Amino acid sequence: MANYYTDHPEIAFYLQDPLMRRITELREKGFTESKEFDYAPVNHEDCIENYKRVLEIVGDVAANIIEPNSESVDLEGPHLENGRMKYASKTVENLEATRKAGLWGITMPRRYGGLNCPNVIFSMASEIVSAADASFQNIWSLQSCADTLYEFGNDDQRERFIPRICAGETMSMDLTEPDAGSDLQRVMLKASWDEKENCWRLNGVKRFITNGDSDVHLVLARSEEGTRDGRGLSMFIYDKRQGGVNVRHIEHKLGIHGSPTCELTYKDAKAELCGSTRLGLIKYVMALMNGARLGIGAQSTGLSQEAYNEARKYAAVRAQFGQTIEHFPGVYDMLSRMKAKLDASRSLLYKTASYVDVYKSLEDVERCGSKLTPEQRQECKKYNRLADAFTPICKGMTSEYANQNAYDAVSVHGGSGFIMEYKCQRLMRDARIFSIYEGTTQLQVVAAARYIFNGTYLGIIREMLEETFAPEFAALKEKVSALADTYEKSIEAVKALDNQEAQDFLARRLYDMTGEIIMSLLLLHDASLAPELFADSARVYSLMAEENVIGKAAYIEHFSPENLSAFQTVKKEA
Amino acid sequence: MKLKIVVLAKQVPDTRNVGKDAMTPEGTVNRAALPAIFNPDDLNALEQALRLKEQNPGSTVGVLTMGPPRAGEIIRQGLYRGADTGWLLTDRLFAGADTLATSYALATAIRKIGDVDVVIGGRQAIDGDTAQVGPQVAQKLGLNQVTYAEEILGISGGKATIRRHIDGGTETVEAPLPLLVTVNGSAAPCRPQHAKLVMKYKYATCPLERPAEDPHAGLYAQRPYLTLTQWSVADIDGDTAQCGLAGSPTKVKSVVNIAFQAKESKTLSASDADVEGLIKELLAEKIIG
Repeated sequence: MANYYTDHPEIAFYLQDPLMRRITELREKGFTESKEFDYAPVNHEDCIENYKRVLEIVGDVAANIIEPNSESVDLEGPHLENGRMKYASKTVENLEATRKAGLWGITMPRRYGGLNCPNVIFSMASEIVSAADASFQNIWSLQSCADTLYEFGNDDQRERFIPRICAGETMSMDLTEPDAGSDLQRVMLKASWDEKENCWRLNGVKRFITNGDSDVHLVLARSEEGTRDGRGLSMFIYDKRQGGVNVRHIEHKLGIHGSPTCELTYKDAKAELCGSTRLGLIKYVMALMNGARLGIGAQSTGLSQEAYNEARKYAAVRAQFGQTIEHFPGVYDMLSRMKAKLDASRSLLYKTASYVDVYKSLEDVERCGSKLTPEQRQECKKYNRLADAFTPICKGMTSEYANQNAYDAVSVHGGSGFIMEYKCQRLMRDARIFSIYEGTTQLQVVAAARYIFNGTYLGIIREMLEETFAPEFAALKEKVSALADTYEKSIEAVKALDNQEAQDFLARRLYDMTGEIIMSLLLLHDASLAPELFADSARVYSLMAEENVIGKAAYIEHFSPENLSAFQTVKKEA
Repeated sequence: MKLKIVVLAKQVPDTRNVGKDAMTPEGTVNRAALPAIFNPDDLNALEQALRLKEQNPGSTVGVLTMGPPRAGEIIRQGLYRGADTGWLLTDRLFAGADTLATSYALATAIRKIGDVDVVIGGRQAIDGDTAQVGPQVAQKLGLNQVTYAEEILGISGGKATIRRHIDGGTETVEAPLPLLVTVNGSAAPCRPQHAKLVMKYKYATCPLERPAEDPHAGLYAQRPYLTLTQWSVADIDGDTAQCGLAGSPTKVKSVVNIAFQAKESKTLSASDADVEGLIKELLAEKIIG
C-alpha cells in the first residue's frame, strides 16, 4: 500500500540528525514520563521509533484517505449554512480519519493528551498531509495554534482548551481585517471589558480567516481604547461554544478550495484574554506567525514533492518522437531542478524546525520549573537567533519553490497539464497562496534584511563551510565557498551605496543569494552522509545556485541608485 | 450492555498484489515472495467490533488468530486500532489445517476464552476464499450466525440488528446473542492505527516471536502488556487428532496455474443481442456454467 512517509526515504534520513538527540533529551525531560504514560518513550532510540511510527500513520492516512479525497474536496469546497461554515463532505471524512488515528495535539504535552512530538516531527507530518491535500493541511496544521496557547495562556486555560485540541477540535487565528493585512498594527476589532459579566466582549469584523468557523479561535483585538498602533492590541481566546461569532461569507478562491476562508462578524462575543494586554501583536502574534510560517514551509515542501511526483510519473510514460519525454534534456533539466528544489526545501525546513525545537524546549524546561544553567541559557539564545534568522528564508524560499515546481509540473505535462483532469493544475492553483499568506515573500525579505546586513547569515554560512564534506563533493564545496565570497562582496557593495531605498530594493537579490548558498551547503552536507539520496540534488542545486548568485551579483555590481527612477513608475505618475 | 467480543483474523499472503514470483513452478503460492498482511475482510470485521465497543461502554475486543509466531503481527495490528487483547494459536500441531481443523481450533479457543457474546470474522480470506471457517465455528459452538454483514446497527435487549448484503441489495435482520457474524468486504473500511496505541504496543510480542538477543527484553517486566498470549494445542485442551494436518480431511489433488491475459478487448452495448452473445460466449468458454 502506498505510504507518503515510507515512499520518500529522504524524510527519515533527517531523523538521524545529531541535533535530534538533543531535542529528544530536552523534549522528554530526561525520559521521565515513561512511568506515568504507557506511550512515553524510555530512551532516545525508543523516542525516534515512536516518531517513525507516527509518521507511518500520517503517511498511511495521507496516501489512502486524504489524497483519494482531494479531487472531490477541490470540486466541492465548503459552503455557508445559516451563519455556519460546512466543510466539503470529504474534508469531514479526512478530519474523522485524523481523529481516529490520534493525529491531534502532536506537539502538546502528554498531560493534556498530546503526543509531545517536537516541531520537526510536526513539520514532517504536516508536509506529508500537504502532499496529499494542501487545503486539508491548512485545517489540520492549525492545531499548532495550541503551541501559542500553551506558551502564553494560564494553567486554567491550558487545562480547559488543550485537551480539546488533542481530541481533534480545530483552531484558527483571527488576525486579518479588511484594512489590516500585512500591516496588522491597524487591527480595529474592538475588545471591551464587560463589568457586569466580568468578561471581555469582542465586536467587529475579521476577514480572510482560514478555518474561520473553528472550535477555538485566537483573536487579535484592540483592547486599549484610543490607541492606533500595535501596542494597543491584545490576544483573546474565543470558544465557539460561547457563541457570538458568525460566518458572513466564504471566499471563492483560486486554490486550496477545501480550506474555508471566512469573513467573521463578532457581536458581543464573549472572550478571554490570553497572556497580558498590549502584548497581543508584539509578542504573541509574532510567536504565532513564526509557527505559521514554518507551517507554510511544510505545506510548500509537501506540494513540491507532489508536483515532482506527478511530473516524474507523467514524463516516464509520455512518449514523443519515439521515446518517453524524460529522456529529453529540456524535460530532465526541469525534473532534476524540481527534485533539487524539493530536497533543498525539505532540508531547510527541518533545519529551521530543529532550531525552533531546541530553544523552545529549553524555554519549556524553565516554564516547568527548572532553572536553566548559564550554558543552557547561552544555548537557548543561540538557537533562538538561528531560528529567527532561518524562518523568513524558509518561508519565502520554500513557498517560491513550491510555485516553481507546480509551474514546471504543468510544463512537463504539456497540453494535458492545462486540462482540469490532471492533478498538476490543482497543485499550481493551490501553491499560489503559499508565497502570499502568513507574510508575503516581499515581507520575508524585509524580515531577513537585518540578518543580511548585520552579517548573521554570512557568519552562519562561514560556519557551515567549516563542516566536513565527503571528498567527492570537495570541488562543489569550493564552488559554494567562492559564492560565499561573491555574496559578501555584494552585501558590501549594497551597503556602500549608502542609500536606504536602494538597499531595500536590492534586498530581494541578497535574500535569494542567502537562501541559495545556505541550501547548497545543507544539501552538500546531506549528500556527504547519504549520497544515494542526495548526491544528484546537491550537484544540480549547487550549479543552479552558482548560475543565480553570479547573475545577481552582477546585477548588484552594476546597480546605481540612479537606476531606481526607471522603476518608480508610480512615484512619477503621482 | 457490556459485550465480550472476539474478532477472528488471519494473516494471509497479499494475493492482491501479485508479482512475477508469486507462484512456484509447481503452481503453489510462493509465500516468501508475497508480503503477509491482515486479511482484508477481517479488517472490516475488526472495525465492526470496535464500533460495537464504542457503542457499548465497558465492552472488550480481543483478536484471535492462528498461525506461525510472526502472526503475532495480527494481534498488534488489532491493538494499534483499539482492541484490548489478543490470542495467538501457534503450534506445529496446528499447521496444515483445512477449514475443518481451523474452525475446530478456533472454536476450542473461544470456549477457553469463555463467556463470549459476539464473534466477528471476515467473510473469507483471500488465500483460500472458502468463506467456510466463520460458519463452521458458529456450528461447533452452537451460536447463531449472520453472514455477509455490512453493518451491525446495534445491540439491545440481547439482540443484534444487522444489515447484510444480499443479491441485488441488502436486508436487515435481528439475531439473538451469543452470535457469530461474518462481515462482507463492502462494509466500512477499518480505521487507521492510533498514534498513542502504536507507541504503547509497538514492542508487544508473543514469547515465540522474540529473538534470543532481544533489545527490548528489559521492558517486558515493567510493561506486562507487551507480552501477548500464545496458546498451543495443549493450552486450549485441544484434541491433536482434530488439529492441523491430522484433522484435515481435505486433500489437494492438483493445482492448476491459470493465467488470465487481457490481449484484446471488446466493447458491447446494452442491447439484448449483445448481452445474449456474451452469455453464450462465457458459457462456451466455461467461465460461467
